[in-house]
Amino acid sequence: MSNYIPNTDADRAAMLAAVGVASIDEFFRVVPEGQRFPELRLPPALSEMEALRELNALQDMNENLQDWRCFLGAGAYHHFIPSVVDAIISRSEFYTAYTPYQPEVSQGTLQAHFEFQSMLVALTGMEVAIVSHYDGGTAVAEAVLMAVHGSRGRTKALISPTVHPQYREVTRTYLEGTNVEIVGDDIAHDRVLSLGEMIDDQTACLVVQNPDFLGRLYTPAEMQALADTAHAAGAMFIVSAYPISLGLLAPPGSYGADIAVGEAQPLGNPVAFGGPYLGYFTTKMELVRRSPGRIVGQTVDVEGERGMVLTLSTREQHIRREKATSNICSNQALNALAAAVYMAALGKNGMRQVAELCYHKAHYAAELIGKLPGYAVVPGPFFNEFAVRCPRPVADTNANLRELHGIIGGYDLEPDYPALAGHMLLCVTEMNTRQDIEGLAQALGEMA
Amino acid sequence: MIGGALAPFQTENVPSNAYLKRNNMSEPLIYELSKPGRIGANLPALDVPAAALPEGVREGLPLPEVAEVDLVRHYVHLSQVNFGVDTGFYPLGSCTMKYNPKVNEVAARMPGFAQIHPLQSEESVQGAMRLMYELQNLLAEIAGFAAVSLQPAAGAQGELTGTLIMRKYLLDQGQTGRSIILVPDSAHGTNPATSAMAGMKVVTIPSDERGNVDLAALRKFIEEHGPELVGLMLTNPNTLGLFDEHVEEIIRLVHEAGGLVYGDGANFNALLGIVKPGALGFDVMHYNLHKTFSTPHGGGGPGAGPVGVSARLAAYLPGPVVHRDGDGNFFRHMPERSIGRVKTFFGNFGVLVRAYTYIRMHGAAGLRAVSENAVLNANYLQAKLKDTYPVPYGDRLCMHEFVAQGIIEGAPDVHTLDIAKRLIDFGMHPPTIYFPLIVPEALMIEPTETESKETLDAFVEAMARIAEEARTDPQLLHDAPHTTPVRRLDEVQAARHPILCAGGCDMT
Repeated sequence: MSNYIPNTDADRAAMLAAVGVASIDEFFRVVPEGQRFPELRLPPALSEMEALRELNALQDMNENLQDWRCFLGAGAYHHFIPSVVDAIISRSEFYTAYTPYQPEVSQGTLQAHFEFQSMLVALTGMEVAIVSHYDGGTAVAEAVLMAVHGSRGRTKALISPTVHPQYREVTRTYLEGTNVEIVGDDIAHDRVLSLGEMIDDQTACLVVQNPDFLGRLYTPAEMQALADTAHAAGAMFIVSAYPISLGLLAPPGSYGADIAVGEAQPLGNPVAFGGPYLGYFTTKMELVRRSPGRIVGQTVDVEGERGMVLTLSTREQHIRREKATSNICSNQALNALAAAVYMAALGKNGMRQVAELCYHKAHYAAELIGKLPGYAVVPGPFFNEFAVRCPRPVADTNANLRELHGIIGGYDLEPDYPALAGHMLLCVTEMNTRQDIEGLAQALGEMA
Repeated sequence: MIGGALAPFQTENVPSNAYLKRNNMSEPLIYELSKPGRIGANLPALDVPAAALPEGVREGLPLPEVAEVDLVRHYVHLSQVNFGVDTGFYPLGSCTMKYNPKVNEVAARMPGFAQIHPLQSEESVQGAMRLMYELQNLLAEIAGFAAVSLQPAAGAQGELTGTLIMRKYLLDQGQTGRSIILVPDSAHGTNPATSAMAGMKVVTIPSDERGNVDLAALRKFIEEHGPELVGLMLTNPNTLGLFDEHVEEIIRLVHEAGGLVYGDGANFNALLGIVKPGALGFDVMHYNLHKTFSTPHGGGGPGAGPVGVSARLAAYLPGPVVHRDGDGNFFRHMPERSIGRVKTFFGNFGVLVRAYTYIRMHGAAGLRAVSENAVLNANYLQAKLKDTYPVPYGDRLCMHEFVAQGIIEGAPDVHTLDIAKRLIDFGMHPPTIYFPLIVPEALMIEPTETESKETLDAFVEAMARIAEEARTDPQLLHDAPHTTPVRRLDEVQAARHPILCAGGCDMT
């Protein structure tokens, strides 16, 4: 019997007797006979040792970022994760707990999430944070749905063409059940600042990413102008921001965002082939009762002692059923814990420091690559990602980097932005040393 | 606590929850530990020339400043006031709080899984793609479906995926007049919430006196509104822990009306190797990898909610899904009529690695043993408890869970909440309470297969003791829990005067 099933044959016999049935099969007589006990054609069971050996062989087939130098971002970011993060999220009192519905035995999760909310509010400059969403894409989608539901029947969601292409795809799926049309996809990628011209009295929201998918950074004044245009038309202004950048840059709360969302994977969560990640969702106090997802509030117990509970749950599916603001239930609690530990570990100065490392290193890389014959960096302010026109097709360039230099190159922009054929999006973080950056520039130079 | 002598709190004896209570002082907030100049991480120095900073550098960043040792102690203290499966018995109905194998954690942290970028070239991540491909096939086989997408991040997202698939398929068949989803009154709250989110109208179907879907009500509805039907969302076994005695008939009726049947896989832990939902005629089902397939709940996620479908719906799955070409190479593919993406990238991959590990270590016989033991454990508890607490459908054998009622003869003022809170003093997590909604004072109990007879007996004994206390000293229950770091919390105040972050943000 499996090491995960403690009962012995003798236990089972005693338990069957207590129930008053002769065999375990009797429990399943209710299952239609012809379908009962089907054969499962599965590979034979492995011992733990054999399973680890097989898994090790599978992981070995992947080129991992410990061994390879990575300049790929585009929505998933390779940042340093202090050892304390995994030490804390590996405490099984945290990771083997359920959603904290019984607060007296869940103060650990609840307080950690309350602190997560607090730190996210600090980082984004917003007024309130929901604990979490599945990822950046679904956080954008839920923000758009919230704007639509609050708009009294408006039929358009204007989304910047430089919001992550996959976030726009997810949002399109989430809006299937509404009569709302997504507009903005066909606007040129370099016309984001003129999006205000498309806002009309049917527009429920304007969604802008900053820095955008192409790395371009918009100033607080530019963002505030977009916010003002949206607000004048009665539309919500939704900003998707890269949380690491907020260690250095003015946050969405300072330039008119009604909802600030995004991907918080970079805060202490590994790239992990795309998941589990962490959607963050922050907004204004006046909107919190319409916001989807779980939220922790401070209260007192019967003795007046401070304690935390899940609150404002009358918005949620388990109470409101078909009238709920969203169906979201289990999502990314442990990832939020990782992000909390990360933000607390780096703190005020570390968050600034990591943001500056990314910024300066990326600018150094852009400067070196911009000087290479045949390459051109797309002009404009950026944080740590930038688009580069390459002399050879991006696929060839990346294959060359991978095969000859052990480098994972940039994101090919052509499939999402045909006007940017031949351009790759490069990302630099604190994980890239000067030597890595110079190695990349040299490798690219040799290809020109 | 579990398996040992029971020593619950009495007015005279020592609290049994010592593991939950570090001392009598509550843990400070991380902000209260902050002191300017401290830091809990160590970053490299800048090794390139500094560039000019851009316009719009922020002023001030009000994050805490905490040294590493204080940070670690803070979170260790918080972990000590948390109850997990590794702490003790956690019979939370419909949540399948089974033991989370440690090998899963080791597997998911391997650098070739945790340290790969989702946008790397396909040829550089063939091992990860192979794992996904194999897991798609394993899940399809276990539940009898033609195809599986691993993209959904959780059960609720799997439901949204499934309902969107059903609707799009019907629209492609020219069935434009269908907008109603039927949901039994015993369903999880996510079912109606999901249907509404997908733009459909929810109609509730009652249960009959044996806990099944009321066939007469279903027939009547279909006679009147059959052509408007998108389908039915069915949890089977349902939230009463009962396998519907007419499941084939229900599916036949919905199919004859041109609708589709969605299976909520939250309760799939009862059915591994017992029956394949796909073979019963379910068209779509989501799997909760964090329930049935042992991946940890994480205090509320991450989970994963892959969706399986019958052959006619395979082209509608969210993508990308992983295929294998003639040379044995794995590649990503967006199904032809896909509803689109429901998530960035490919799903909660780290969770998929854990579930894959679990399935590979079980094989067919091992999985069947999981369900058999889960169902035996639940029936044993039901048999032992039903003389003390009413079990509304206790004349039937249950599946992996059952619903009792917190109604104690001779203690009219004692309610389910009191019983649940008192259980905490016995070192056990309470069952799911006040759900399903159709059972007053519900206590929904799911022991799972990973608990021993000794643990179950300790639970039975605790429940019997509580029933006795309810009659002799009801105030002891009203005041419970007595042994936790905080006592009953004022949830009304929390909602009326929300304090949602440290130092204020008071919206009153």
